[in-house]
Amino acid sequence: MSTVLKKTELVPRIWQIEVEAPRIAEKALPGHFVVVMADAFGERVPLTIADFDRQAGTITLVLMVVGASSLKLSRLREGDEFYAVIGPLGHPSEIRPLERVVMVAGGVGTAPVFPIARAYHQQGAEVVTIQGARSADLLFWTERLASISAEHVITTDDGSAGRKGLVTEPLADVLAADSQKTIGCVYAIGPTPMMKFCAKTTEPFQMPTIVSLNSIMVDGTGMCGGCRVTVGEETLFTCVDGPEFDGHQVDWDSLMSRQKTYHIQEGLAFERIRKEHTNS
Amino acid sequence: MKKSQKRGRVAMPEQPPEVRIDNFDEVPLGYTDEQARTEALRCLQCKTPACCEGCPVQVDIPAFIRLIAEGKVLEAAAKIKESNCLPAACGRVCPQESQCEGLCVLGKKGESVAIGNLERYAAQYASEHAARHGVDRLVTQAPPTGKKVAVVGAGPAGLTVAGDLILQGHDVTVFEAFHKAGGVLIYGIPEFRLPKRIVQEEVDYLAGLGVRFELNHVIGKAISVHELLEKEGFDAVFLGVGAGLPSVMGIPGENLGGVYLANEYLTRVNLMRAYDFPRYDTPIVRGRNVCVIGGGNVAMDAARTARRLGSEQVSIVYRRSMDELPARAEEIHHAQEEGIHFKTLCSPLEYLGNEHGTVKQARCQVMELGEPDDSGRRRPVPVDGEVVTIETDLIIIAIGGNANPIVTKQTEGLALNKQDYIAVDENGATSCPGIWAGGDIVTGSATVILAMGAGRTAAQDIHQYLCNN
Repeated sequence: MSTVLKKTELVPRIWQIEVEAPRIAEKALPGHFVVVMADAFGERVPLTIADFDRQAGTITLVLMVVGASSLKLSRLREGDEFYAVIGPLGHPSEIRPLERVVMVAGGVGTAPVFPIARAYHQQGAEVVTIQGARSADLLFWTERLASISAEHVITTDDGSAGRKGLVTEPLADVLAADSQKTIGCVYAIGPTPMMKFCAKTTEPFQMPTIVSLNSIMVDGTGMCGGCRVTVGEETLFTCVDGPEFDGHQVDWDSLMSRQKTYHIQEGLAFERIRKEHTNS
Repeated sequence: MKKSQKRGRVAMPEQPPEVRIDNFDEVPLGYTDEQARTEALRCLQCKTPACCEGCPVQVDIPAFIRLIAEGKVLEAAAKIKESNCLPAACGRVCPQESQCEGLCVLGKKGESVAIGNLERYAAQYASEHAARHGVDRLVTQAPPTGKKVAVVGAGPAGLTVAGDLILQGHDVTVFEAFHKAGGVLIYGIPEFRLPKRIVQEEVDYLAGLGVRFELNHVIGKAISVHELLEKEGFDAVFLGVGAGLPSVMGIPGENLGGVYLANEYLTRVNLMRAYDFPRYDTPIVRGRNVCVIGGGNVAMDAARTARRLGSEQVSIVYRRSMDELPARAEEIHHAQEEGIHFKTLCSPLEYLGNEHGTVKQARCQVMELGEPDDSGRRRPVPVDGEVVTIETDLIIIAIGGNANPIVTKQTEGLALNKQDYIAVDENGATSCPGIWAGGDIVTGSATVILAMGAGRTAAQDIHQYLCNN
């Protein structure tokens, strides 16, 4: 169980991992996530299910190496087993009957965007995808996204591919050009600041904007409360109330300060794991 | 009354406070054989023992104590195991002073028999000696019935159901969301109060009897409760998933950095071993001035944990007075010995953050006690205009919780009560045929032993049901 079947480095530091998980694959829907542990010493890390194959009994995870735990997870080899894979967790995305939908994917957020975009495409919505990365060499799954998109816009910070700049610029353009009001909703998934600024961009258009939060979690089942976030006036839990929320209601600054809680410890742990790797 | 009975109870040796605040080892060190026998001899062996009435799982207390007094400690452990599959845990964490020991006749004039200490001793002795005596099972097991039972949640309630039904010959599978079995015994109660090795031994004992443990399974997600009955071939299901949705007070600043809910704080330290970071990968914030909000056992656990993680000042902030603290007397005593401050009659109004969004102060309302409320305790009422500010860099909120929605909201036809906990009859049966429930998901946050009592009641009813169907 939970065997790594296939592992590919999509771009530097971003890995695609196919995992044997028949029970999870059977129930997985777009928007669901899993909690994984690399080994008995590992952290519990939430990762969105980027794809699933019910017949094969597999799920696909996409992982960016940002710290000790993700580095450890990225080092599992084909044939190795995860210590734990738990899910599917969270509420799945609500795929509503919309005419047009805009999907904004930032960096590794491309992975969770894909199954939601595909679900909209399959039910007949016209999907406009805006995919952003720092530079051309960090873009992945562009063809996958293009294949289900009516319109596919790429942005890079340095202009090495697509339009130079941030995803918020084409997002504003698409919304401004929507004179017929056919766009029903914007999804923005990526780094927290990107989601925050996407929500700020759509607000003047009064465009419903759904974000998928990557709060720090432990259990992922509502028990610990570590992933709590202020949404409107309420305190909600990303794991059981989300992970998708109304981007206009999320208290972004509070979320970002909570995400920095372990900044220093994470640095220490990363160094240790990196050294172990170098020595071994 | 014999002389031995007039003597006070034999105190259990403990790690001195100044030593133990620097480690996570267990505080009480256990009785020696001699100390246990001396204490056991204090028992009057009452004909109608009051102590037993105070035990939610009806352990035959005088019988096991007599066996200890006679030096038959393995038999004593077996006697306890007949009605309690987790004696090593219960001996350590039960609120004995308000249960068995609270009703002990000796306690009327002097000190009650140290029933909890003796239970702990018997369990410890059995775990160390049973194998050596060629005893791998302390109890007898009925032949297989061919009936399959699914237990959801490997906490005290679920483990009790599993332990009872496996002895009746049923085929038992326990589904646990976490990567380790034990529930609150593993993630909630700290190592210094209940070593995880001991919980694992109790779990291994059940596994040795044939209980299957399916870890990393969230029932209600990967498999629904109804699917357990309809697709997975189980004849009965017991839901013991715990309360598991901690509360906040709804005051400003509760979502600042450096503000934990006690469940997360304790889970990081206990289950994920954050106290051993960076050997374990899970980190924890080590505050210098820590405020723990609440006065129950969880608050004491959090405060004593913070002390061990090197905090200079740890305060329990509680809105009533010392007399109303809901925690066990022993936990309060241990906390005081370890230098935990008690800021009573004090209730948080808001938490203020620094420029990084991390907590720096707690503004609290000073309270006084007014008229008794529904619980019979005097209600705390604000003293007009009296507000204090406490400097703090770590807040741990331990004020209980609500019903976890994963199983309750996704199981069709499952009747819930007003607070969204599962509604059950006196036997633990839910509104759905074939589904029972017990423990905190029925009662809201309560004790280990009450959950075990509920498990025991449900197990008896499940056994009846399986025999008749």
